[in-house]
Amino acid sequence: MSQRAQVMPLSAAIEECVRDGDSVALEGFTHLIPFASGHEIIRQRRKHLTLYRMTPDLIYDQLIGMGVADRLVFSWGGNPGVGSLHRLRDAVENGWPSPLELIEHSHAAMASAYDAGAANLPFAMLHGYRGTDLARVNRQVRTVTCPFTGTELAAVPAIRPDVGVIHAQRADAGCNVLLEGIVGVQKQVALASKRCLVTVEEVVEDFGPRSTNAVILPSWTLTAIAVVPRGAHPSYAHGYYARDNGFYIAWDSIARERDSFLAWMDTHVLRAANATVTA
Amino acid sequence: MSAAAYTGNEIMTVVAARALRSEDVCFVGIGAPSAACNLARLTHAPNITLIYESGTIATRPHVLPLSIGDGELCDTALTTVSVPEMFRYWLQGGRITLGFLGGAQVDRFANLNTTVIGEYARPKVRLPGGGGAPEIATQCGEVFITMPQSIRTFVDKLDFITSLGHGEGGDHRRRLGIATQGPTKLITDLCVMEPEPQTREMRVVTMHPGVTRERLQASTGWPLCYSDAVTETPAPTVAELAVLRDLQERTRRAHAA
Repeated sequence: MSQRAQVMPLSAAIEECVRDGDSVALEGFTHLIPFASGHEIIRQRRKHLTLYRMTPDLIYDQLIGMGVADRLVFSWGGNPGVGSLHRLRDAVENGWPSPLELIEHSHAAMASAYDAGAANLPFAMLHGYRGTDLARVNRQVRTVTCPFTGTELAAVPAIRPDVGVIHAQRADAGCNVLLEGIVGVQKQVALASKRCLVTVEEVVEDFGPRSTNAVILPSWTLTAIAVVPRGAHPSYAHGYYARDNGFYIAWDSIARERDSFLAWMDTHVLRAANATVTA
Repeated sequence: MSAAAYTGNEIMTVVAARALRSEDVCFVGIGAPSAACNLARLTHAPNITLIYESGTIATRPHVLPLSIGDGELCDTALTTVSVPEMFRYWLQGGRITLGFLGGAQVDRFANLNTTVIGEYARPKVRLPGGGGAPEIATQCGEVFITMPQSIRTFVDKLDFITSLGHGEGGDHRRRLGIATQGPTKLITDLCVMEPEPQTREMRVVTMHPGVTRERLQASTGWPLCYSDAVTETPAPTVAELAVLRDLQERTRRAHAA
């Protein structure tokens, strides 16, 4: 169990951690979204993945549009503040490039399901979904009755992905990882996953002065670390670079048509292999 | 531009901002809700507590965020918590007095659809989905909704209920075991609606300057009810518009960079 994470190039890390047919959660709530890892998954032509993510965002628009996924488990699928994810919509509405099965939750349920996964529980419970049609279309939403009060609660299965993929600010010489700012569900995902891959902005000798309550994932909870400066762009890394809101706005027209999307992916992802990898 | 000139979106945002109080703890969505909440904070409600679902508590952004998780929100927050903590302790824990929602479709009981237009399995338009809204709608003390009003979006029957308003009306929320108030204001670019105390159907309480009942009805997919004492919404003041436009200009420049 005390297998320690190893630093390796991103291409090797994806090869090691992500296999065809895996369930994969690339998380990061607006902040620290692991774009570079998503791009490497596309370059390595992974197939038939079940993708988990609360907010699919642009990286899942790209993964779905490039045909790596059979299934998406999610709770909000838009381009934040801009509009639709056109590739996600095309997959759901028209089956392009392939049909996509949706398993749809609310944020509260999905965050709780990651938490339950990290806690080694079979399911999560919450006051949730009351009066909505979501429980009607998602058979994973059930109910349990509190044995003490008789209160009926919503229940959803714990999320235990084969692979968790996150981005963080720093690793230290001992391969521990620190993340800060909007920390989302990354700690839960890392601890819920069978294997966890982390890309980091940099490796430092020592984390130095920090809050005693800093979010740190010890090396023995992780599988692979790859050093990828700007590996979250166009999302951001607090303390390193800001969210590229201009790109989020520009993505709307890039992704609107299949041709412009494929041309962009070809130039910026498929033919940019490992361009930013320094490990 | 004369003092009286404003857009529909501006009056909607200003009227929503006026309804917010300094003591509110407000769960903020992106778009019109975010603009209204920050306008309130920059005018009459300087101590309002704004919470975004990314985990930022008591945030004071200088420009409006494009997403619910822009760095600006974290930089200016009192504290930032994880997303499971946000939904479990703060929202489900009952700490939030007011939730602010919008949607693609709303019905007469202020139920909201942000999931699909058409059939779920074969949607005509796949919308983003629920996100935080299904639980915001039942766990905040009360809910304000802002939406531009049109015959396409104010519909007789929702294609999908993503977030519960007053359900089928009457005591439907109570029967589902929900103790919170649900939608207490539906603020549009044409009017303000509030629930009738017994039926819980949303009815018009104020109409924005220059709006007629004919125009309101033509923009609504069900026969509208009116309160016994409908008044005219006070127009946005020069000062309110100046603060709002300044905020939106700062935001535009920041996001274009």
